[in-house]
Amino acid sequence: MSQDSNPLKKHPKHPLDDLIRKDRIPHIWCPGCGIGTVFSSCLMAIKESGLDINKYVMVSGIGCSGRAAGYVKFDSFHTTHGRAIPFATGLKLANPDLNVIVFSGDGDLFAIGGNHFIHAARRNMDITVICVNNFIYGMTGGQVAATTPFKAKSTTTPAGNPDEPFNLPLLAYASGASYVARWTMLHARDLTFAISEAIARKGFSFIEALSPCPINYGRRNKEKTFDTLKLYQEKTIIKNGANPVELDIDFDKGVILGKFVDIDKPTFSDKYNKICRPA
Amino acid sequence: MKPPVLTGEHFITGDVACAEGALAAGCRFFGGYPITPATEIAEHMAARLVDVDGTFIQMEDEIAAIASVLGASWAGAKSMTATSGPGFSLMMENIGLGIITETPCVIVNVQRTGPSTGLPTQGAQGDMMQARWGSHGDYEIIVLAPSSPQEIFYQTIAAFNLSETYRLPVIIMTDEMVGHMSEKVVIPDSDKIEIVSRIAPKGRKDHFKPFEPGLNGVPPMPAAGDGYNMHITGLTHDERGYPVMDVDTQAAMMKRLTGKILNNLNDIIQTEGYRLDDADIVLISYGVSSRTCLSAVDMARKLGIKAGFLRLITVWPFPDDQINTLADRVKGFVTVEINMGQIHREVIRCAGGKTKAVLVGHPGGTIIPPERVVNVLKDAF
Repeated sequence: MSQDSNPLKKHPKHPLDDLIRKDRIPHIWCPGCGIGTVFSSCLMAIKESGLDINKYVMVSGIGCSGRAAGYVKFDSFHTTHGRAIPFATGLKLANPDLNVIVFSGDGDLFAIGGNHFIHAARRNMDITVICVNNFIYGMTGGQVAATTPFKAKSTTTPAGNPDEPFNLPLLAYASGASYVARWTMLHARDLTFAISEAIARKGFSFIEALSPCPINYGRRNKEKTFDTLKLYQEKTIIKNGANPVELDIDFDKGVILGKFVDIDKPTFSDKYNKICRPA
Repeated sequence: MKPPVLTGEHFITGDVACAEGALAAGCRFFGGYPITPATEIAEHMAARLVDVDGTFIQMEDEIAAIASVLGASWAGAKSMTATSGPGFSLMMENIGLGIITETPCVIVNVQRTGPSTGLPTQGAQGDMMQARWGSHGDYEIIVLAPSSPQEIFYQTIAAFNLSETYRLPVIIMTDEMVGHMSEKVVIPDSDKIEIVSRIAPKGRKDHFKPFEPGLNGVPPMPAAGDGYNMHITGLTHDERGYPVMDVDTQAAMMKRLTGKILNNLNDIIQTEGYRLDDADIVLISYGVSSRTCLSAVDMARKLGIKAGFLRLITVWPFPDDQINTLADRVKGFVTVEINMGQIHREVIRCAGGKTKAVLVGHPGGTIIPPERVVNVLKDAF
């Protein structure tokens, strides 16, 4: 009997293997980190879309989530800190056939890159932005972010965060996004479905995926990975179509998940082609 | 709708000539942000790119502008942005991304007076060292400094051709005076304009290595969506494009990134001599200050001073060998530039103590009159 015919000697093929750069595994993400789950949901949605994989492009910025681009087996760009969205904008405008997905973290997309986010949403640029929100700068060791809850501890707010965090879906809605949803990595199927919808939705699509960072957020805030997952299960409320004003993150009163915006409106390119190009 | 190449005689500004040169070179994407005195390039591209099925976008800042230009280049479009000092400062980090990811594109800096907001409407040449060293880390770069609207037209085409040949951002350092001056610009027939485009990869797509060196040490470049499944990162990477965090990979990458420029200096460097053959004092300049030098040489010759002029069309990489050779036979160099002495330092370095090197500088805001140069020629030698 040859080795190949022994099923125990062969690794079972994972359904997402053909979308992964297997020679780059193991990945850098820590035990208990949720980025991998969000990443899997994203790849599952891409696979289920049935669209040509060669036309997908993933663009990331810098940070733990920004490393996602390095693990996909289709065209991918790991750019500078905060600049994934304008880089993606150039890709999409120069080749409208590309399906451009920005996959990055909350620090990258909403602190250093916040200006690009609101303007891409305002223009209704036809890209999908997935933000893994773990409330903290993970890669640099746990500094306060624009998403860190009020009073939470970080290495740069040792006595507690004096600032209020962004309500990301409200920001996306107010800026003009066509699709806005929030899920947690625990709601992996809902998240996958939302990413599928976001990819299919023409225009600027935004998905916030809450995700634990046990090493650099949980540890300092007396929240073990399992505690975070319990919060995701017990202190969340699914309310599609909720008013974006209600979407601030406060686990004491409950965090609202769901789809909040899903509308069909002209994209940047639709408007540019109609108004700016000669007839 | 006008054609991509506006063949004919025109009376246009340097900024407009720059935009027309870009279109003639095949530029089809412009990501910009308004800033005096470069705004007219963006305005002209906004009006003209739609004629050639290209795309113009005004981004939210210069950081976004250069990021969009890099993205568009990877989607296969020849792409460009234009700015001035403050915007140029904001672009620096992503110029480094363009260097390490070997992304062809053209960046125009129509220089104004700094530091900071400085004299926004008045020209200078104070960003020359920033163009060389402004992004962090070591690298080689190509920088061109045209001195007239006609030359901006041709050097913008040259900038695109060099960026596509050597796969890197190429910077055009012009200045407010040349950008805003109107002169006759002759645009030739399109078939008289040589256009170079990046080399597409050949062979199997499934084992493609995006940074395997090709002709002149430059890797062939596919576009996103071509099916090569490439990963491109600003981290130190190997030929596969994979991040590898070790000193050997860093050394190999740096050797090739710098080597592709340093091993092709003869193809890259352009200079022009004026009355150099019998000169014993050589003026060295670039951009608008070249025009000062042309007059100064003629005025000095009338006084019996054997002056000549070496014009740097390519400022970076610097023409070390040419200035070294001149240093063996001339009494001295006079660098003429509208800054407090930037290229002057390079001339001192290349003179190597063999001959005198003098600066005629200016703090910015206006051109240097040729009389000032002639007085220095009379007094210093």
